[in-house]
Amino acid sequence: MTIGLGHFLTLGAVLFCIGLYGVLAKRNAIVILMAIELMFNAINVTMVAFSRYITPNMLTGQVFAIFIITVAAAEAAVGLGIILCLYRNRETVDAEQFNLMKW
Amino acid sequence: MSDPVLVVVFYLISAITVVAALGVVLTRNIVYAAVFLVGTFAGVAGIFVLLNADFLAAVQLLVYAGAIAILIIFAIMMTRDTRKGSRSNEQRWPAFIMAVLMLAVLLGGISQTIWPVSVLAPLETTTEKLGKLLLNEYILPFEVVSVLLVAAMIGAIVISRED
Repeated sequence: MTIGLGHFLTLGAVLFCIGLYGVLAKRNAIVILMAIELMFNAINVTMVAFSRYITPNMLTGQVFAIFIITVAAAEAAVGLGIILCLYRNRETVDAEQFNLMKW
Repeated sequence: MSDPVLVVVFYLISAITVVAALGVVLTRNIVYAAVFLVGTFAGVAGIFVLLNADFLAAVQLLVYAGAIAILIIFAIMMTRDTRKGSRSNEQRWPAFIMAVLMLAVLLGGISQTIWPVSVLAPLETTTEKLGKLLLNEYILPFEVVSVLLVAAMIGAIVISRED
């Protein structure tokens, strides 16, 4: 029994879909951000798996993963800042309540 | 990777990662969700070790399990909205069906594709090569992402400042 590329891709797909469910189904904006981080991690697993199995000596996927981690960190900082600001103004982090621009 | 020890380790780490990820989206307590999230990050770091990505595993632990987890726990603390818990909205079942469909599509794609798997052995250590790649071939994206990080930092400070 060997572990190949497919196993890692499957793990990435499962993590991504768990994150997708969290983004779609959760009310709390912080939990939605956590689910987005799960999806970023799933993508990173996929990138590094491709890097390891398809181009093992070029590390392209790992460089991509570093950029994804950087962008995810920036996204988390700005996203949580926005959530704090919203909480200060509306006293809630329930995404259902953020309907100012709903027509 | 056919060493039976590595196979067992892979399944163990995968199980921990997936269970922790399910915990993030299924638990009703936001603080527990954050702790489960740290478990997922640690599990993904273990997967990176299995994939011979030593530098990325360290970065994963430092940036995700360290910085982002602390940031999220701070946000939970400062919003004090934990009484209501991490509830689901009314589109819970459509979301579940969408996620399962997405998983089916992804797994179908993964199993149908014939991947051009290389037989070359992976690099023993990746840090040196990664540093050279980042400062030679990928210097422009590296600079752009640095600017992005500074912009995000300033933006986060400006947005969350009490005025």
